[in-house]
Amino acid sequence: MDTLLNISSTMLLVAFILYLLATFFFGATIRDKRNKSKESKAGTIGITITIIGFLAQTVYFITRWIASGHVPVSNMFEFVTFFGMSIVLGFIILYFIYKMSVLGVFALPIALIVIAYASMFPTEVSPLVPSLQSYWLYIHVTTVSIGEAILSISFVVGLIYLVRTIDQTKSSKRTTWLEIVLFSLLIFIGFSLISVIFNVTGYSAQFEYTANNVTMTTEYQLPAIVSPYEGVLITDGVMQPWFDAPSWMHGADAGRKFNTLIWSVFVGLALYGLLRLVLRKRIGAAIQPKLMKTKPDLLDEISYRAIAIGFPVFTLGGIIFASIWAQEAWGRFWGWDPKEVWALVTFFFYAAFLHLRLSRGWHGEKSAWLAVGGFAIIMFNLIAVNLVLAGLHSYA
Amino acid sequence: MNKIKCECGHVNHEGTVLCEACGKPIEGNQHIDGNDKTRLLNMRYDGSARRSQTYKKSIIDKIWNFFSSVKVGVWLIVLTLVASAMGTIFPQEQWIPANAVSRDPAIYYESTYGIFGQIYYQLGFYDLYSSWWYLLLVALIGISLVICSIDRFVPLYKALKNQKAKRHETFLSRQRLYSESDNVSKEEKQQIIKSLKKQRYSVRDENGHILAEKGRFSRWGPYVNHIGLIIVLIAAVLRMTTPMYIDEYMWIREGERTVIPGTNGEYYAKNKDFILETYDKDNQRFEEAIKKEGVVAKNFETELVIYKDQTSATGAEPKLEKLKEGSTRLNHPMKFDGYALYQAGYQSNEFSSMSFKVHETDDPNETAIGSITIDLTSPKSEYKLDNGLRVVIDQYFPDYYLDNGEPRSKSKYPKNPAFVFFIYPPNSDDPEVSFVGIRKNIDATGENEYKLGLQDFEMRDVSGIMVIRDYTLPLFFLGGVIFMIGVIQGMYWHHRRIWINPKNGKLLLAAHTNKNWHGVKTDIEKAIANTNVNMVKDQQELPG
Amino acid sequence: MNKINRKKRRYFRAILLLFMCSIVLYTLFSNISKDKYVVSEGDYAPNFSLETLQGERVELKDYRGEGVFLNFWGTWCKPCEREMPYMEEEYKNFKDQGVEILAVNIEESDLIVQNFVDRFNLSFPILMDRDGEVTGKYKIGPIPTTFLIDKNGKVVKIITGSMTQQDVKKYMNLIKP
Repeated sequence: MDTLLNISSTMLLVAFILYLLATFFFGATIRDKRNKSKESKAGTIGITITIIGFLAQTVYFITRWIASGHVPVSNMFEFVTFFGMSIVLGFIILYFIYKMSVLGVFALPIALIVIAYASMFPTEVSPLVPSLQSYWLYIHVTTVSIGEAILSISFVVGLIYLVRTIDQTKSSKRTTWLEIVLFSLLIFIGFSLISVIFNVTGYSAQFEYTANNVTMTTEYQLPAIVSPYEGVLITDGVMQPWFDAPSWMHGADAGRKFNTLIWSVFVGLALYGLLRLVLRKRIGAAIQPKLMKTKPDLLDEISYRAIAIGFPVFTLGGIIFASIWAQEAWGRFWGWDPKEVWALVTFFFYAAFLHLRLSRGWHGEKSAWLAVGGFAIIMFNLIAVNLVLAGLHSYA
Repeated sequence: MNKIKCECGHVNHEGTVLCEACGKPIEGNQHIDGNDKTRLLNMRYDGSARRSQTYKKSIIDKIWNFFSSVKVGVWLIVLTLVASAMGTIFPQEQWIPANAVSRDPAIYYESTYGIFGQIYYQLGFYDLYSSWWYLLLVALIGISLVICSIDRFVPLYKALKNQKAKRHETFLSRQRLYSESDNVSKEEKQQIIKSLKKQRYSVRDENGHILAEKGRFSRWGPYVNHIGLIIVLIAAVLRMTTPMYIDEYMWIREGERTVIPGTNGEYYAKNKDFILETYDKDNQRFEEAIKKEGVVAKNFETELVIYKDQTSATGAEPKLEKLKEGSTRLNHPMKFDGYALYQAGYQSNEFSSMSFKVHETDDPNETAIGSITIDLTSPKSEYKLDNGLRVVIDQYFPDYYLDNGEPRSKSKYPKNPAFVFFIYPPNSDDPEVSFVGIRKNIDATGENEYKLGLQDFEMRDVSGIMVIRDYTLPLFFLGGVIFMIGVIQGMYWHHRRIWINPKNGKLLLAAHTNKNWHGVKTDIEKAIANTNVNMVKDQQELPG
Repeated sequence: MNKINRKKRRYFRAILLLFMCSIVLYTLFSNISKDKYVVSEGDYAPNFSLETLQGERVELKDYRGEGVFLNFWGTWCKPCEREMPYMEEEYKNFKDQGVEILAVNIEESDLIVQNFVDRFNLSFPILMDRDGEVTGKYKIGPIPTTFLIDKNGKVVKIITGSMTQQDVKKYMNLIKP
């Protein structure tokens, strides 16, 4: 059993490294001074490595499945990892349709960020609680994940479109928003970075606090900037918290999560500041020249196409399969649980997108901004709904 | 009605943007589709007249036109989206946690979320999804779906059916993909046709004017998926307004038989056993996780026997006949005659029986003279021991508490049983009074000769079972399936059209598709390979 | 020709809009005023048959021609306890005028009910709904709940909550044949 799990986690690491490697090869394709044949060669190597990485991750998936006895999508770590894997799959599919190497330069890092984020959750194999013991778990979660991943590719391409086309000669609302989007990605990197650093040093601070008349202790792996509401620090020799979490934040472990968020934003800001110092211009402006070879028309089409492919998959998994499972498990196919509501919000959002595009001619930049908005909703549903708004899906 | 005659001789309806026959833009109508501002033609519904945008007469037409507008539809979607999201800021009423300060929304929101919670409560957002205005929003989307579909179906159908292969020069040159070629031979043209046919285009040749078309059925996708949505909404209406949907909850004790609510007294259920299993702590697989999370439940299951009353319609004494035996557990409901029973909860804080031993008060060893067992669901009033001693239950409080010094029962359930016993010593009519309960044993006078001691007890579990009968499910399912078919039809197939028209010795090639321009370009490249025909140019005007 | 077409179209639109609006209004209305009781005022009271505490079987339809004061209660319920003496008092007055009390106890043991009856000296029949069958049929929520049934077997009024003696008197007068 242990050997299987070891193989499993090793293969995940291998996949991670391969995706990273592939990113560099794809990166080589967009350097300006390359000639065509070298460019396509780098692209071919890139996609080959990506596929090998994907296979490695598939091995991770299968071995973990065998080891745990259930499909590994049952907790935050497993689900988010699978989401990362789905993004890679979505990228591979769209790469073979459109042969666009620049896609890899953006899609793979997003997948990497997602997988890194996943590994910050508890990674033990956990038993399946009765409510998850259904084959609909496999069907529903995998379909949703693949659907959301394809929709995420639309965001990736939309982002490339925006970086490529937004006028960077002067500062405007659009450049600011673009920087905010890029900064949000840095927050995720910041989260992974800070978690790794303090994990390695083995930092720990314990707090005691009372919620719903029950006294609990919580362990911080990051120095406490904010303590739980009316929490008391019980570990000696560690940093004193600066302030208390507000009283209305009292979900499970709200204080610790809030603290992690603050840290992530801090580190994200630091990274952003550092980048600005080094580049001496907006990040968008720095990347833009590398993208001048790509055709906005094609980007626009890929972004739309990804939504056209992903929307039905998402609807099938996130609305229809979800309803069927809910009917089997709870006797009602729709219960207005926050996760369900946000799946519906996602559905409405992309439905509005399609109507705006098909009937009102929202192409190009408008369409790209919408793709970014859609991804924000997906991420909100993936992260905030699970961690902040408690409900049936708060399995983490 | 004003008819507009095109130079090709075709008479078009009022409001037509592109001539139905030759596609020439009709002067004065280009603002409708916004063609006046761009070089490329807007090919929405192939430029045919949408009725709603032409007549603006009576109030009915005005209402109709309002709902027929996609702009309005999108606004409705966005409003519903925002409203739905707002409902998740704080938990909805039905999701207030069981261990909350109070499950009364009037108290819960304010005490938990402060001023924002109070506002949330006062705006009625705690039950947002069944508020009249939310339902109204969804209903308006439904109306918009119906009217949009009716309004657009006919023009599109006509436009696609009446297509002519011969098109006006302006129509072709203002398509997104367009090229002109000289010196194209007949053989080359035949080669292109052959190649297009090979790529599964249906090709029509009208006097040398060629129209190749493929995937037209994808254009019906939106209508099909909208029909699916309309069916879903109809199902929702039926579910809300008719008794096709029954939703009940029952608590049923182990060993107890009770009528199943919502069945009109027709069905009864008996709880044979409630099973709660947890994962083994020594389970190698999950050792680490269990160490971290504590006990993890593995199974909740209730073994049930279902009975049917043969006489329920008349209301006479029930005659029960066993219908089915089985179990319901999470994710695996038990089904019978259209009803489904769901394992939804449990309690394990009730007693089913208690045994007491009787001993002499001053016996230090408390040797039992005899013992009695009381079935707490139907206690007898008197228990006789072998030696002639009688124990009489004077008072029984299943769920004992003190109410201003007076003993009472909080409910009918034996959660905290307590008794007032009269003990009649052998051959005596003078009882000794004692009060016995859980961790309570009070001798009223202090002079009792006999004492009752709790020897043993049995607990029983209570299963919470949800009773659902929903005849609208097949309709919802049908709607969902039709919706999916429509979406896939519209999204995974593409309507591609390629026109090849000769004009003044030149060959004009133009193409249009509703999506995936990349695909149609590849098709054309394949078709014109090894010919003199020039590849189409993409005239899309995207900046950058 | 065109005029007729246009007229036709307008009728079609008007009818469709009206149809959809009425469905919407109907749905909204029925959603707001969801019926709490399966049996509501004005309906015929569903027939049932139960054993009394003494073990006699009683059927509701045998009381056609009399007014029936159908009370659902439990020994543990304080408001039920409060109204019991009033019911007993008025029962003495109205019994000869054709008003019968049927007090349905919900799923309690004979011992407890017998103790309660003895304590309050109740003389009207106590029906034992041991499986909760009748309680389910009448969809009883909070108790006490009283159904006033007239001589024709029609539910005249449904009262939830405790009654004063004046109330009991007033209601019995209401269903007096």
